[in-house]
Amino acid sequence: MTRWMRHRLFLPVVSLVALILVNAIARPRFVQITVRDGELYGALIDILRNSAPLMLVALGMTVVIATRGIDLSVGAVMAVSGAVALTIIDGSSDPGNVGTVLVAIVVSVLVALVLGAWNGFLVAVLEIQPIIATLVLMLAGRGVALLITDGFITTVTSPPLKYVASGHLLGLPFALFISVAAIALIALMERRTALGVLTEAVGINPEASRLTGVRSRGIILGAYVVSGTFAGVAGVIYSSNIMAADANAAGELIELYAILAVVLGGTSLTGGKFSIAGTVIGVLIIQTLQSTILFLGVSSAESPVFFAFVVILVVLIQSPRVYQVARRMTGGRRHHPAPEVTTGVEVTS
Amino acid sequence: MHTSTGDDQRFVVEMSAITIRFPGVLALDGVDLRLRPGEVHALLGENGAGKSTLIKALTGVYAIDEGTIVVAGEHRVFGSAADAQSAGISTVYQEINLCPNLSVGENVMLGHESRTVRGIDWRATHRAAAEHLASLGVTIDTQSMLGSHSIAVQQLVAISRAMVLDARVLILDEPTSSLDREEVDRLFAVVRGLRDRGVAILFVTHFLDQVYEISDRITVLRNGRLVGEYPAAELSRGDLVTKMIGRVLDDLEAISASAERSVDRSVTPVLRAESIGRRGVLDPADIDVYRGEVVGIAGLLGSGRTELVRLLYGADRADTGTVEINGERTKVTNPRRAIERRIAFSSENRRSEGIIADLTVGENIVLGIQARRGWLRRVRRAERDAVVAEYMSALGVRPADPDRIAGELSGGNQQKVLLARWLATAPELIILDEPTRGIDVGAKADIQAKVAELAEQGLSVIFISSELEEVLRLAQRVVVMRDRRKIGVLESATVDVDGVIDFMATHDMAAQGAAPAGPDGARSEGSVA
Amino acid sequence: MSQSTMAIGRRERVSEHARTFVSRHASMMPTFAALLIFVLLLIGAQIHFGEFVTPRTLSALLLDNAYLVILAVGMTMVIVTGGIDLSVGSVMAFTGISCAALLDAGYPAVLVVPGIVVAGGLIGLLVGVLVQYFDVQPFIASLAGLFLGRGLAFVVSLKSIRVEDDAVLWLQTTRYRFGDWYITPTGILALVVALLGAFVMQYTRFGRTIYAVGGNEQSARLMGLAVARTKVLVYVISGLCGGLAGLVLTAYSGAGYPRNGIGTELDVIAAVVIGGTLLTGGTGYILGSVIGVLVYGTIKTVISYMGAEQSWTRIIVGLMLLSFIVVQRVIVVRAERRR
Repeated sequence: MTRWMRHRLFLPVVSLVALILVNAIARPRFVQITVRDGELYGALIDILRNSAPLMLVALGMTVVIATRGIDLSVGAVMAVSGAVALTIIDGSSDPGNVGTVLVAIVVSVLVALVLGAWNGFLVAVLEIQPIIATLVLMLAGRGVALLITDGFITTVTSPPLKYVASGHLLGLPFALFISVAAIALIALMERRTALGVLTEAVGINPEASRLTGVRSRGIILGAYVVSGTFAGVAGVIYSSNIMAADANAAGELIELYAILAVVLGGTSLTGGKFSIAGTVIGVLIIQTLQSTILFLGVSSAESPVFFAFVVILVVLIQSPRVYQVARRMTGGRRHHPAPEVTTGVEVTS
Repeated sequence: MHTSTGDDQRFVVEMSAITIRFPGVLALDGVDLRLRPGEVHALLGENGAGKSTLIKALTGVYAIDEGTIVVAGEHRVFGSAADAQSAGISTVYQEINLCPNLSVGENVMLGHESRTVRGIDWRATHRAAAEHLASLGVTIDTQSMLGSHSIAVQQLVAISRAMVLDARVLILDEPTSSLDREEVDRLFAVVRGLRDRGVAILFVTHFLDQVYEISDRITVLRNGRLVGEYPAAELSRGDLVTKMIGRVLDDLEAISASAERSVDRSVTPVLRAESIGRRGVLDPADIDVYRGEVVGIAGLLGSGRTELVRLLYGADRADTGTVEINGERTKVTNPRRAIERRIAFSSENRRSEGIIADLTVGENIVLGIQARRGWLRRVRRAERDAVVAEYMSALGVRPADPDRIAGELSGGNQQKVLLARWLATAPELIILDEPTRGIDVGAKADIQAKVAELAEQGLSVIFISSELEEVLRLAQRVVVMRDRRKIGVLESATVDVDGVIDFMATHDMAAQGAAPAGPDGARSEGSVA
Repeated sequence: MSQSTMAIGRRERVSEHARTFVSRHASMMPTFAALLIFVLLLIGAQIHFGEFVTPRTLSALLLDNAYLVILAVGMTMVIVTGGIDLSVGSVMAFTGISCAALLDAGYPAVLVVPGIVVAGGLIGLLVGVLVQYFDVQPFIASLAGLFLGRGLAFVVSLKSIRVEDDAVLWLQTTRYRFGDWYITPTGILALVVALLGAFVMQYTRFGRTIYAVGGNEQSARLMGLAVARTKVLVYVISGLCGGLAGLVLTAYSGAGYPRNGIGTELDVIAAVVIGGTLLTGGTGYILGSVIGVLVYGTIKTVISYMGAEQSWTRIIVGLMLLSFIVVQRVIVVRAERRR
């Protein structure tokens, strides 16, 4: 029992389950799933479908954070990839053609991959702090997206594109399959190969890893490429959802929600040990919370207030200080600061 | 147990029966420490003996569970470093606790600047800082950035700062571990000056020579308990070591045979580097290592010893010279190249360049193999467990739990884990830079014995250590370095510690006297052997 | 002969002085570079447009960017401690819309103005307490501040609210003229905040502690400095600056709008970095950040002169940020090599 409680996914899972339970009690329809024309519908299904862009971005972010980095540019990359895809479809003679849409998607995701590689180059090769390196693209990216769409919101009518976000496959939303494929891909790459442990090694101690012969540069560069590529796919899903390329609104604040999802899932922002399952749960918590807020009749514009409290709650739960205070209040003995690991000194105590 | 002779003297600090518990550990168990004004008092013990904890208890970093601290006749409980400082207790830490981004003068005066209604008076502040520095015999531009000065100067700046705080007690926590001989002399001159002014100095170090050079009294701790307090003049070196480790150390004697073993140098060397160097870092130097040979590098910190091996390993890029590995010309431009050529390198900075603190011991050990194979070919579980178990028992890693987080191990055991990581990759040549620094005597002996054993089995080793005894005990040949260049090679069977020191000194004079002809190092190569 | 040796001696002395100056003030070099870029930018624009460096444009530069200057002051302090404050844009939006809403509801400006500035400070206090006492990374703690500010802004109003209060509008409409030059009370406010900030950073113990914390927090603590108080206080100051910027922006646009300042934190961070502050902490100057803001503002003006898309502003600022950090990186690498 206590071993379960100490597992690092314990709190995230409990929070998600609690959130779903509260919703189910408050509105039984929340857990109802109806079948229409062989396709499943319901609030839970919506959560799974709508979470696809955030899921992709958060998975990429997890890998980047594990290398001790951060990718602030994901929202801008989404905007660019959406703009590229829609501009190609809009410019083609047959926007409804599956081939056209496929070409548009492949090109836009490739563009996103290149943008990710650019971030990776700045961080891994030029060794610029990740926050600033990705800030460059975060600032410039939306500008580029606006230039691609000529400053307008490009809209198209294209059934194949609409299918990406709104279509169904085997009764389930197609976007869900994209999410699951991304999760599976990342999990296989990181945990079935040695990439995961090497990524953690680089994130915990880059110099020691280099001297041990780990290809740190390649690993860091790869992380940003993954993040960029996934953000590109997320950008396509987003544009498919609204059937438009909106350079300003696409992926707005998504970098912050993605970071929040990673942190909710128990991965530390200081890099190193990471949890893919944790991130998946973190994304679902955020999406369920969004749904709850909407249900409460709160305007979605006001929802950031809730997230502010979520962030505060989460960091308080994770803070050692709170445990100390709690222990003292429950009659525990006076505390000691743990022997601190000072820079470069052995913990001789 | 106590041989305190001066009970009539007033103690400036009297810590009695100090006990501190950490979760699951009794860090200090009823320890006493008494400091008299105007004495240098050495605090000694192995790693984990409780030296740092005792210092942190005195300076208010840790709260004490039991016991009392009396400073100048008053019972005190310090809540922070600032509290302790205002009571006249200042500490100079091993890793300089100053701000490299601020000027020297500001570091001396920070928090005590001269102020007027218009804010800080920088002119007066720098003047005061210069006076404080001058009283310790230091004359440097107080407006220069602290970070632009050597560690030794920074240390003196830290001491000046303590004097600004009007310290009655000065704690020096391993102040000499990164200083060369001249710098140590300069520091000791300052310390003696302070002692004569009546300051009580608590000196923590691993260097026993220095203890006898400067200390009046010695307090020894072992496993969180007090062993005793002794006048330095009445405690022999052998007794001191015995008290520190609690057993007589004869393991080390057995190792000394290593140096006398003969090595076949008629064959192609495993590694031969010719005039390898880097501008501003290392003058071009030659070095070769044969199969089964231990080549020691003797030299002070900053002599270029670390720089040389980093160039050999490709950790830094060489801009001159050639390298042959097993007779084949090759370029080692990065660590991966070196590893492919079966060279391994264990850095002197265990924490920042060696151990991956948050990974387990097992993961740390297989990391070397894994990095060699690349990310696509994962080391399988069964293989991993076998390798980890083999090397953990061979090196005696404690605790013997591969799933323990590596950062929680003691320094000596972390060093063993690093050694295991490299040995698991089956290298032909292993470069060990200060593998025994800052670890306890027991682990030190284990590591030396292992190195000797491996060399006998055919592994080539380059061994760097600040302790010349250790180098001479292990190595067949010793490369001597000074001032960023190689000054010669000695056969260790023919010299002793004094001989090596003499060689450094005489060469220095020769270099000053005679006009240099041709590249250094090449001239005196093998001349003594 | 003797003359030439003297000349050499003097030249050596000059170069000696120069070297001492450079070694003492190495940390100021990026700020000088920013100043140089600002001047070059003005010269280039003058040559290109024929009429750019006029009292009118330069006066407008301060007027248009007064809120950014104020935000940059707080941000510089936070960044020098080694932290970051993402909340400034949304704090500005929240205080701005609150200002408009409260005035609209009939509260007097003498109560509203201090009220909103304090409200900004309270959000800063929350961020600071999270950072200092709960060991939350500044990025995450100020992210909570960002969400909170933005959400509260929408709670106050979903739409923009016009400001009719004379006192607040006075801040913007009053122009003190000196020939063709003019300055508004908002501009004066920005300059006063900047000068005050620069004084605090350079001539008070609190300011020096900010640098010490950024240089090495552990050391600062062991040196007995008031680290905890300082770290909380910089976020409070940044919050107060956010509140003040909200007032200035509301006066400037004559209305409060809850979507104001989305992404402004990035503009401010970019300006601060361009002005020579290192994001790693320990190095930076308020006046440098002011120059950074002016560079940013000039680029914006130049782009509108050229009639190009405003989206170019961020692209160019992004590229400029890039070239700055690359240059800073090169300097750092070279310094490391020399050691």
